Amino acid sequence: MSETPIIRFENVTKSYDAETTVLDSINLELERGKFYTLLGPSGCGKTTILRLIAGFMQPSNGNIYFNGKLINNVPANERQVNTVFQDYALFPHLNVYENVAFGLRIKKLGKKEIEQKVLEALKFVNLSGYEHREIEEMSGGQRQRVAIARAIVNDPEIILLDEPLSALDLKLRSEMQYELRELQQRLGKTFIFVTHDQEEALAMSDEIFVLNEGHIEQSGTPMDIYDEPINRFVADFIGESNIVSGTMVADFRVLIGGKEFECVDKGLNPNEKIDIVIRPEDLEITSVEKGKMKVKVDTQLFRGVHYELSTYDDEGNEWLVHSTKKAEVGEFIGLDFDPESIHVMRLNETEEEFDKRLESYGEDAYAN
Amino acid sequence: MQTKNTKTLYLIPYFTWIVLFVIAPIGLITYYSFFDLSGNFTFDNYRNFFSSVYLTLTLSSFWYAFLITLFSLIIAYPTAYWLTKTKHKQLWLLLIIIPSWINLLLKTYAFIGIFGLYGPINAFLNVFGIGEQQILFTDFSFIFVSVYIFIPFMILPIFNALDKLNPSLIDASRDLGASSWTTFSKVIFPLTVNGVKAGIQAVFIPSLSLFMITRLIAGNKVITLGTAIEQQFLVTQNWGMGSTIAVFLIIFMVIIMIITGQREKGATSNGKNK
Repeated sequence: MSETPIIRFENVTKSYDAETTVLDSINLELERGKFYTLLGPSGCGKTTILRLIAGFMQPSNGNIYFNGKLINNVPANERQVNTVFQDYALFPHLNVYENVAFGLRIKKLGKKEIEQKVLEALKFVNLSGYEHREIEEMSGGQRQRVAIARAIVNDPEIILLDEPLSALDLKLRSEMQYELRELQQRLGKTFIFVTHDQEEALAMSDEIFVLNEGHIEQSGTPMDIYDEPINRFVADFIGESNIVSGTMVADFRVLIGGKEFECVDKGLNPNEKIDIVIRPEDLEITSVEKGKMKVKVDTQLFRGVHYELSTYDDEGNEWLVHSTKKAEVGEFIGLDFDPESIHVMRLNETEEEFDKRLESYGEDAYAN
Repeated sequence: MQTKNTKTLYLIPYFTWIVLFVIAPIGLITYYSFFDLSGNFTFDNYRNFFSSVYLTLTLSSFWYAFLITLFSLIIAYPTAYWLTKTKHKQLWLLLIIIPSWINLLLKTYAFIGIFGLYGPINAFLNVFGIGEQQILFTDFSFIFVSVYIFIPFMILPIFNALDKLNPSLIDASRDLGASSWTTFSKVIFPLTVNGVKAGIQAVFIPSLSLFMITRLIAGNKVITLGTAIEQQFLVTQNWGMGSTIAVFLIIFMVIIMIITGQREKGATSNGKNK
């Protein structure tokens, strides 16, 4: 990209004391107008990144650039960034209108202009007519919208969202996912969304950063990350997956649990130890004779859209299967899968090496 | 039926207490305020209260109480704020509260020693060649000691209010472009104003009726409503006038309670867990 990234992290490290490093030399670039998600388990440093961008804390080392300008020491109130907080952080002593108008009043805009902007922002989040409500009278979902209106009304370049959906119930949450995604597209602003919910991340983002223990494990589009996880952590964190150890016998041949299978990976060292991932939905139930693998059904759960089967092969590896077909518990079944369904992950591979390897496979590897 | 009876039973100690130590004394004071020295029914005491002597006394009482409250607040707010930011806040808080457990009279006597002509402060001033100063029996020493006595009662409610304040509200205010000062005046202070009000009640009202400190530290140069009541009862033996002043003192207290009363809106939650 020739355009300057809106946010650039250059070896950003954040540590509280000698022992606890929250972020370890993070490098990232964010483009204007995209929906980014920082995904990871609690304590992975995702909220720290958000707070660094918002200006609530300063990096211990490294530099943060906003539109190419160094902003390490710019205080929060001088940054063109607004945040939607996890607990919404709405001012309880002000009503809905005054909450949304807070930023505009600080900018000392005229009364008319403030009114026009506030009403417009409330309309944007479908809260017209709620101006004079007290915050305590609003439901969780409505508070959420007030918080969003309070952020967008200031017309910031970036909107930061710190797990804003975590307090909502499931139905409301999926509704808000649509709304947020749509809002981002209508506004054309850069959204940086923090969550530990992988489904949320996959559904909403243009690009996901998967974080773990203070560093970025993998970044890419939701499809990239889901289909080609770089390692055990990412595969495990993003969606349900079967992860087993294997050996790369030769190009396109992989040994799993004493059996050799065809795959689409190449360029690894002969007999290199690897991890492989097969997604549960890529495994198909068939008869024992036809299947590539013979497994015994241990448990079966009805999940609504599909059955979730927990099965074990002779080696004792667990294989999770999502299927619309039913099986009998205790019965032996065959599992079938395509060569493309096997995702090979080298141990300790960096993101750079990983990307290079995938590129070397050429377009046909992606064609599935 | 049983439960109703037991409930009434539980209320007996409370009502006995209220009747014996709140309602009865107020009734007695009001009753006595209508009698003169020789025991005749009269309104003279009330008429006298509006004479210049008692009005000046009331005004000076309010003035000193105001000063004591003001200085307490000026010191207590930043202290309470700092306390919420420290690591071992409960320990620091305890250190501030402990002096209030010590007998008031003992602490006051200690200040007589400290401020006295041969006390450590004057010794210190002598070292610098400033010479001995009259510190005791001045307005300064009176207000200083009073503030010292009352300050825990100001710090505590403000500390509680600040401690309950959701820190992400401060982040939100900064995030929306507010400077530190605007954040304080538009978010922190409005959300902790109930703590401030409670502190003002706890300091201003007792300050109106101080009499022991006025005698020991201010050397009777400061006369408050409290001193006046004491003198009427113990020195002049004019129970009627003393009672009348007490009646007015109660009225003032009620007025202050109403003015600094808690408003419901946003008071309970302080924005936490919402």
